[in-house]
Amino acid sequence: MTALLPLALLLLLAPLLPGVAARTVALATGRRGAPVLQLYRDLRRLWGKDLVYGAVTTGVFRVAPVVWVFGAVAAAAFVPLDGRSALARFPGDFLLFAGLLALGRFALTLAALDTGSSFEGMGASRELLIGGLAEPVLFLGFLTLSLATGGSSLSELFGTGVGDAWPRVGATLVMVALSLAMLLLAEASRGPIDDPATHLELTMIHEVMALDHSGPDLALLLYGGALRFALFGALLVQLVWPRGAMGDLAAAGRLAAGLVAVAALVGAVESSMARLRMIRIPQYLVSAGVLASLGALLLLR
Amino acid sequence: MIPLSEAVLVLVLLVNFAVLAASRLTFTIRATAIQGVLLGILPLTIGDPWSGKSLLLSGGTLALKAIVLPNVLLWAMREAAVRREVEPSLGPIASVGAGVLSVGLAQALSRNLPPLDAALPRLLVTASIATVLSGFIVLMTRRKAMTQVVGYLMLENGVYLFGLILAGRVPLLVELGVLLDLLVGVFIMGLVVFHMNRELESLDSARLSELRD
Repeated sequence: MTALLPLALLLLLAPLLPGVAARTVALATGRRGAPVLQLYRDLRRLWGKDLVYGAVTTGVFRVAPVVWVFGAVAAAAFVPLDGRSALARFPGDFLLFAGLLALGRFALTLAALDTGSSFEGMGASRELLIGGLAEPVLFLGFLTLSLATGGSSLSELFGTGVGDAWPRVGATLVMVALSLAMLLLAEASRGPIDDPATHLELTMIHEVMALDHSGPDLALLLYGGALRFALFGALLVQLVWPRGAMGDLAAAGRLAAGLVAVAALVGAVESSMARLRMIRIPQYLVSAGVLASLGALLLLR
Repeated sequence: MIPLSEAVLVLVLLVNFAVLAASRLTFTIRATAIQGVLLGILPLTIGDPWSGKSLLLSGGTLALKAIVLPNVLLWAMREAAVRREVEPSLGPIASVGAGVLSVGLAQALSRNLPPLDAALPRLLVTASIATVLSGFIVLMTRRKAMTQVVGYLMLENGVYLFGLILAGRVPLLVELGVLLDLLVGVFIMGLVVFHMNRELESLDSARLSELRD
């Protein structure tokens, strides 16, 4: 029961994060910006609309949004959101975590290819380039954490063990946190990697794959994207702000405050950096991997 | 959470990687300036912060490594109208990979070189050796004379870090003498860069090996 409450909080809070990030960008560029709750309204509006399918699309296209959201929700069940233990846990569950996220991405890119649109095909290829490079980096980060905390499930890697590990191997945890933060920008299609506000199909990566989806399908895509943002944000919060001796409610408040802070930080990064050129993206992700492996190197004593 | 000295050393290591991965010259110079600031803070975070010695060491380092030297380099860049790209002979990803190897090597070496004083952070030895090696990598693989000066500065930063291990025992005069040497060295290099640019109309040090009348 105590694990269910933070999970519900995460699912409820997820659409807030893109709003907070967009608001930060707007404030930094001297605009007022859309309301922070804009995505909630968008989701409600889209949910009430009819579904329209392209003539060439098949069942793959229809299933994809559900799989996309399912992957993220199922992955969330393995993250120790209350700071102690996740809803589900077993040794090596981080593999399943990454696999579920990859499943969602797989479904999304297949749906994009299914539309037969050249723009969407291009977006799918770019998304997979990023995904293929981001996943080993994620594993490197988990591996380093596993070496640092001695655990083998996400509940141990990001649970109470982290708080105990800070005084011992702080330098390593700093490296992993930086690597995770860089990864968050790539996985949530934000920041210098992708531009969620762009209107030019040629430059879109993630957004372009949602062009042919309509109504509730689009709502699912948007929600799933926000949820991935929240998931990586939650991992980061767990790592940087361990629960310590907080009560259950305080721990949930910590998660919410941490997520909002992460979103604001993402907005700050977005407004202070130009978008990376496509050839720079592998270099960016390799740097994230280097940070994680540096963390592991610093553990060798 | 994490001792301040260790946090500073982690940042020093990260600056090494920023320089290794950078593609713009001004950025690498600014990065060494930031490293200079970090090195200036470091004597205050280890040992007795308010002893005259560490204050003087910190002040000298800050003035020289964070303000004077980067500005000399930026001045030389402006005067010699250097092109802004780094033009490495080893790509950014390979350089960063070499940087990781250097940290690994530094860790292996630091196992055999524990600091004399148990109060010093263990990361100090690692950071110093890794910074020396990263400076070497930059020196060897960058063809522009300007970037080679940056590499030399990084190398010296590593030597300075190593010196901090002994900061309690080495007379202050020696430390300050090293700083002075460095200042003279970089000034001479700035002049060399300037003249190279005038004589050869290029700062590519590979062209120095060509014989000319």
